Amino acid sequence: MKTKLSGVSEQANVRSSGRYAGTKTVTADPKGVDSGPHFMDGDHAIAEGALAAGCRFFAGYPITPSTEAAERFAERAPEVGALFIQMEDELASIAALIGAAWGGQKCMTVTCGPGFSLMTENLGLACMTETPMVIANVQRGGPSTGLPTLTAQQDMMQARYGPHGDNAIIALCPDSPQECFDLTVEAFNLSEFYRVPVIILTDETVGHMHEKVVIPPADQIQVVPRNNYSGPKEDCRPYKFDSQGGHPMVRAGDGYNFHITGLTHNEKGYPVMTADQNKIVVTHLMEKINGNADMIIRLDEDQIDGAEVVVVSYGITSRIAVKAIQDARKEGIKVGSLRMITIWPFCEKRIREISSKVKAIVVPEINYGQMVLEVERNAGGRCKVISVNHCGGAVHDPEVILDAIRKAIQ
Amino acid sequence: MSDVLRMERMPHIWCPGCGIGSEVNSFAEAVKRSGIDPKKLVVVSGIGCTGRVAGYVNFDSIHTTHGRAIPVATGVKLANPDLTVVVFSGEGDLTGIGGNHLIHAARRNMDLVVICNNNFTYGMTGGQVTPTTPNSAIASTTPYGNYEYPFSLPFLVDAAGATYIARWTSMHSRNVTQSIEEALLRKGFSFIEVISPCTTLYLRRNRLGDGVDMLQHYQENSILKHGCDTRETAIDYQGKIVVGKFVDKNKPTYLEGVDKCCVKLVGDDYQLYGKTIPEREAEEKAEKERIAARRAAMAATEAQGEEAVPAKPRKALAAKVKKAPAKAPKKAAAAPKAAKKAAVKPVKKTAAKAPAKKVAAKAVKKAAPKAVKKAAPKATVKTKAMAKAAPKKTRK
Repeated sequence: MKTKLSGVSEQANVRSSGRYAGTKTVTADPKGVDSGPHFMDGDHAIAEGALAAGCRFFAGYPITPSTEAAERFAERAPEVGALFIQMEDELASIAALIGAAWGGQKCMTVTCGPGFSLMTENLGLACMTETPMVIANVQRGGPSTGLPTLTAQQDMMQARYGPHGDNAIIALCPDSPQECFDLTVEAFNLSEFYRVPVIILTDETVGHMHEKVVIPPADQIQVVPRNNYSGPKEDCRPYKFDSQGGHPMVRAGDGYNFHITGLTHNEKGYPVMTADQNKIVVTHLMEKINGNADMIIRLDEDQIDGAEVVVVSYGITSRIAVKAIQDARKEGIKVGSLRMITIWPFCEKRIREISSKVKAIVVPEINYGQMVLEVERNAGGRCKVISVNHCGGAVHDPEVILDAIRKAIQ
Repeated sequence: MSDVLRMERMPHIWCPGCGIGSEVNSFAEAVKRSGIDPKKLVVVSGIGCTGRVAGYVNFDSIHTTHGRAIPVATGVKLANPDLTVVVFSGEGDLTGIGGNHLIHAARRNMDLVVICNNNFTYGMTGGQVTPTTPNSAIASTTPYGNYEYPFSLPFLVDAAGATYIARWTSMHSRNVTQSIEEALLRKGFSFIEVISPCTTLYLRRNRLGDGVDMLQHYQENSILKHGCDTRETAIDYQGKIVVGKFVDKNKPTYLEGVDKCCVKLVGDDYQLYGKTIPEREAEEKAEKERIAARRAAMAATEAQGEEAVPAKPRKALAAKVKKAPAKAPKKAAAAPKAAKKAAVKPVKKTAAKAPAKKVAAKAVKKAAPKAVKKAAPKATVKTKAMAKAAPKKTRK
């Protein structure tokens, strides 16, 4: 299920034990799985990943460079028995997902920065109502309309802090079309288990890059099925504020007369607008993700032990960094690589560990310096943190990252 | 009513004299009378005073963000087409911040029932001007009078493609019930506007008295015009209010369009969420039969009750609604003044007409249950046909 990055990753440090503790996974519904080798771009792979994961409802609005995913889903929907609807805007798209999720379907949408800005409104509602859904943000250069057809990684912080109020989401960063497929399946599984919106933070380069994508047979794809409450009516609670995942949804039409609201609420879903209740709800929403970060986070590490410098990267930038890392190693520099597959929750613990062992951490990213702030915060001054930022529009020249690595050991 | 409301959430937040309570009452009554399975009913609200409805009704209910009730409801309906989905919200929510969603749901003929409480004000935030506030009316953000022009909602949704449009005031609670009941039992985008008083803000700021004064105003200024051309439904400040059922027509719904397209493409094997079209149709037919059976059972109990208590005003008003479509539009087209009289008169007239209706109803109830099942849909078809014919006349 994992792409091999030539030269960097021999094996992914996947901490999967107990990830979906208490929830049985099932094999994918073959109807949605187009098994076999394909030559497709990242956007299409996202749509295929969604279908494989059991997503049967897609509401979206066209926006470059994410549109191809919507088009693929629209094309495949009739044969799979799924429904695609192009809504009037992104506000409506994500709103429809909330409705569809409580109506019983696994659902997703795709967009990029300008659309994601609109979606942050109901991303907040989805977090507050603990509604599972997957949103792919195929990033392009910003701000505003920015660079519609050119790449960027400028929405990293927006994905995490976009909606107002305290809330937490999960975000994954694929670096290839294959991983777009794999991580979309993973995104649905996390989303269903933790009942939280999961964001696929990819970029125009990966979205539009054609590569070999192998879709495994359905029986080799594990999915977390929708868990609908089926117990007695009097015990039915749409929420359980215990900072854990694995709680069932309540499905509309099952006779439980559930109520959900964006207001601060109790476990019954009824508004309780007090400071005390807000503390309970917010703590639960934050800790459900942050408290389970060890189980959620996937990192792809290479030669970190004994390294003087570690390059921390994600998405397409990690593939550019490969070249710089290889060249640096040829020069005799001990360079390790940490590729963040899961970008949110942030791998705080791992950065803290690494920062106490290395001289410097180099953080290349296609923005003015976003994730580097998280790295700096967690490095806490224990090592140098060097930002190799590059505004939107193109990937780095590997030489720039190599220079940063060279400087790091001086 | 206690079975339809979440009694543990009472008392509600609405002010004395507010129209929302009576609309919820009408809605609850309509749900009961419609015979639909309450388990399959989902109520979605936006934000605002009316947005709180979702929190008080004892159905699956979703209280969404401001303006987004319709797209959320769209998602619910499309995720499970077996559900009946009602959007209950205010005009600021539905036509201001959510205006785009409203017109697009109407355009798609999305199978939703939208109940719009129109009180010309953003109540929850303290009485600001809304997209329907009449020109010159005072609001907290138009302290010297509103200099904008309001939407006429029936015209708006008609132009957008809604297939059922009715407008009443909160004085017409029985007609509201009747319209909601019709909407619950039909397919397609239904829009029911209820003009209602906001005593605390709109009435106070404009010195229009209290809720009762406003009901009096509605009584005196409502013009019943079933099938009225929606271009003629604009509301001026304290002016006449055209009420009635303006549009009731058949057009394939969004999901019917999906089915039609996909079955052509995939063939008879086409499934949505694992169910073929014939399977879904069979389920729908079975549900319709269950609804008819429930309605027949209710009619039978009501008949028994009537024998004990002869004069029931509800029956009388229901009769008025059904009989009006044939007469009102003609009058409206010929002489508006006559129509105005007709609007006020039926309330009195119906008392006299009621016995005749009752006899007819009894005759139906005495017949075999199967006949009752058939009779119920026929009655609605009849009124639909009338309303369908009427707009053509007035538009010419």
